[in-house]
Amino acid sequence: MLAYLIKRILWMIPTLIAISIMSFIIIQLPPGDYLTSLVASLAEEGSVDQSTLAGLEKRYGLNQPIYVQYWKWISGIILRGDFGQSFEWRRPVSELIWQRLGLTFVISLSTMLFIWLVSFPIGIYSAIRKYSVGDYIASFVGFIGLAIPNFLLALVLMYVSFKYFGQSVGGLFSPEFRNAAWSFAKVRDLIQHLWVPIVVIGTAGTAGLIRIMRANLLDELNKPYVLTARAKGLPETRMLLKYPVRLALNPFVSRVGWELPELVSGAAITAIVLSLPTTGPLLLNALISQDMYLAGSFILMLSVLTVIGTLLSDILLAWLDPRIRYR
Amino acid sequence: MKDNVDKNVANLATPEAGAAPVPADGPSLPTDEMDTRRAPKSSQVAGQWQLMWWKFRKHKVAVFCAYVILFIYAVAIFAEFLAPSVPGASQSRYTYAPPQALKFFGQSEEGFLPMYVNDYTVEVDPVALRRTFVIDPETKVPVRLFAKGEPYKFWGLIPLDRHLIGPAEKGQPFYLLGADRIGRDVLSRMIYGSRISMSIGLVGIVVSLFLGILLGGISGYFGGQVDNAIQRIIEFLRSIPTIPLWMGLAAAIPLTMPPLQVYFIITVILSLIGWTGLAREVRGRFFALKTEDFVTAARLDGNSELRVIMRHMVPSFASHIIAVVTLSIPAMILAETALSFLGIGLRPPVVSWGVLLQEAQNIRSVATAPWLFYPGVAVVITVLALNFLGDGLRDAADPYA
Repeated sequence: MLAYLIKRILWMIPTLIAISIMSFIIIQLPPGDYLTSLVASLAEEGSVDQSTLAGLEKRYGLNQPIYVQYWKWISGIILRGDFGQSFEWRRPVSELIWQRLGLTFVISLSTMLFIWLVSFPIGIYSAIRKYSVGDYIASFVGFIGLAIPNFLLALVLMYVSFKYFGQSVGGLFSPEFRNAAWSFAKVRDLIQHLWVPIVVIGTAGTAGLIRIMRANLLDELNKPYVLTARAKGLPETRMLLKYPVRLALNPFVSRVGWELPELVSGAAITAIVLSLPTTGPLLLNALISQDMYLAGSFILMLSVLTVIGTLLSDILLAWLDPRIRYR
Repeated sequence: MKDNVDKNVANLATPEAGAAPVPADGPSLPTDEMDTRRAPKSSQVAGQWQLMWWKFRKHKVAVFCAYVILFIYAVAIFAEFLAPSVPGASQSRYTYAPPQALKFFGQSEEGFLPMYVNDYTVEVDPVALRRTFVIDPETKVPVRLFAKGEPYKFWGLIPLDRHLIGPAEKGQPFYLLGADRIGRDVLSRMIYGSRISMSIGLVGIVVSLFLGILLGGISGYFGGQVDNAIQRIIEFLRSIPTIPLWMGLAAAIPLTMPPLQVYFIITVILSLIGWTGLAREVRGRFFALKTEDFVTAARLDGNSELRVIMRHMVPSFASHIIAVVTLSIPAMILAETALSFLGIGLRPPVVSWGVLLQEAQNIRSVATAPWLFYPGVAVVITVLALNFLGDGLRDAADPYA
């Protein structure tokens, strides 16, 4: 297990480097560099301080070759936690991103939990009651769930609650908690608001996992060992949970790892529609106003955290399935 | 309709199978072992595509969805003629006019009306002083087929002004699915939007398919270090959350770029992730087939590597790839819709379903005009139909199902 763990973590390093290069390319993509736009905006206010400019130039290596700039940027992040300066907010990026990243991952992880809790029993039910009314309903709802884009579902939910319940479902906190410090009441308020984004983001994933669970279990149910277990008189429920479900669980767990990038994606776009205080809206704003250090940092950190999440699910899978760790 | 299909099958089948005529009721498995001594049964000599078609035909939902998809593509091809108006035509007199129902066989002062819609009356909200349109059942706007309307260029070439359906008199209100913020016909815009939304999926998939078959093929056929490297790249691309990455890339497209170029850049951005799934499929197939006897035989016969691949290996998994491709088109359509919806994909005046849904972004405008959701309905129907179709094709392509 330890050898597998170390190997898996080492494999992560090239991926992380590739991600950082990609984020840096995205930062560099828009025409005109950071300093030019900063000078332009400072000149608008009539105060171009040459020494500040020189300091910035030195800090980001702006007149040096691109790989030097990359090195300065990435070493700043790793060694000092310095993500650069947000040009629109006039504040260090690191001050802006952490809380939003945290909330994004609260949403993504609770959605993952939701997907598991819902799709696991429904998938099993669909498989053992194949072609029953319940199975057809689950399949139908699943197909619809896969076909409706996240943002459309969010819009429809908002429309329905606005039209028929006269309330708005946007946001993650009630107004009185929005700027309050963290407390027990605030957490409870968060949980009350959390279900809307969770359902919106989780629908597609739930639909996909139900189908996977059903297909896996159906494959297992036809195997001779199930017949043997039945023949020796094992109660049906116990037989199901002990053998076929246990085996069908492996693809289910590995699929969860693949699901995580999609969840983070879905969370980004849903957050924009529902105006949640997570990464989505700020990332979109930063991209539109070309506040590239902020946008790049978001993309970098979202990707890094996703890779770590995938790593955790791989470790879970290896723990669950010895065939993987001894390969 | 069923007879028609069967006839088509029979027509298709005879030259291809090249042997015994195909009975109209499809495959009939040999019930009696003795039977095989007589003329071979159709199911024994039928080619792979023939078998696949027979199996597919039995999947009623998938066949129905195939018709739906054909219909949507037909709409996209003949968009200019089918739309009652042109997408840019706005009538500010009819902002947020609600949908009119098409009615048949009415009477008016001038006589019998085969088709008509009701006109609107304007009511002014005394509190908000906002104008709202109400359908007035008293007035009738005559509607006819092949009506003269806004001039357009069919396929950008032939100047015409006839529309399949429209108000008998040009300029009369005709909003079957309502009007938007500046009085443009939602139905016409949706029909025009289908052209971009449906084609971006196809173009994107062609790019993905090219990359997927090339890299997946290399990976699967050669194996070893090359395979390892390509697999790492795929793993890397799949571990990044797609929407933030797409947003980052799409936001770098300059605002001044011409729409056609934006369209192609968006397609390339979407294919950047799309090829990975296809490459995995192709690689898996190559691995499975590499050691098959017929491949070894083909090689021992002195065929070149390329010929072995193109002539012997690819045809044996092409059907499977078609099914996978059908299943990945919806993802492309959804991605384009999402990007355009956020305002960083295609931009007006280009019309796609995503661009149209941008109008529905604001909860206030949706509350006054819920018909702005109709382009979303089109997206859902298309994606649903493509998913069922792809599922049917996959089941049909799988010899063990």
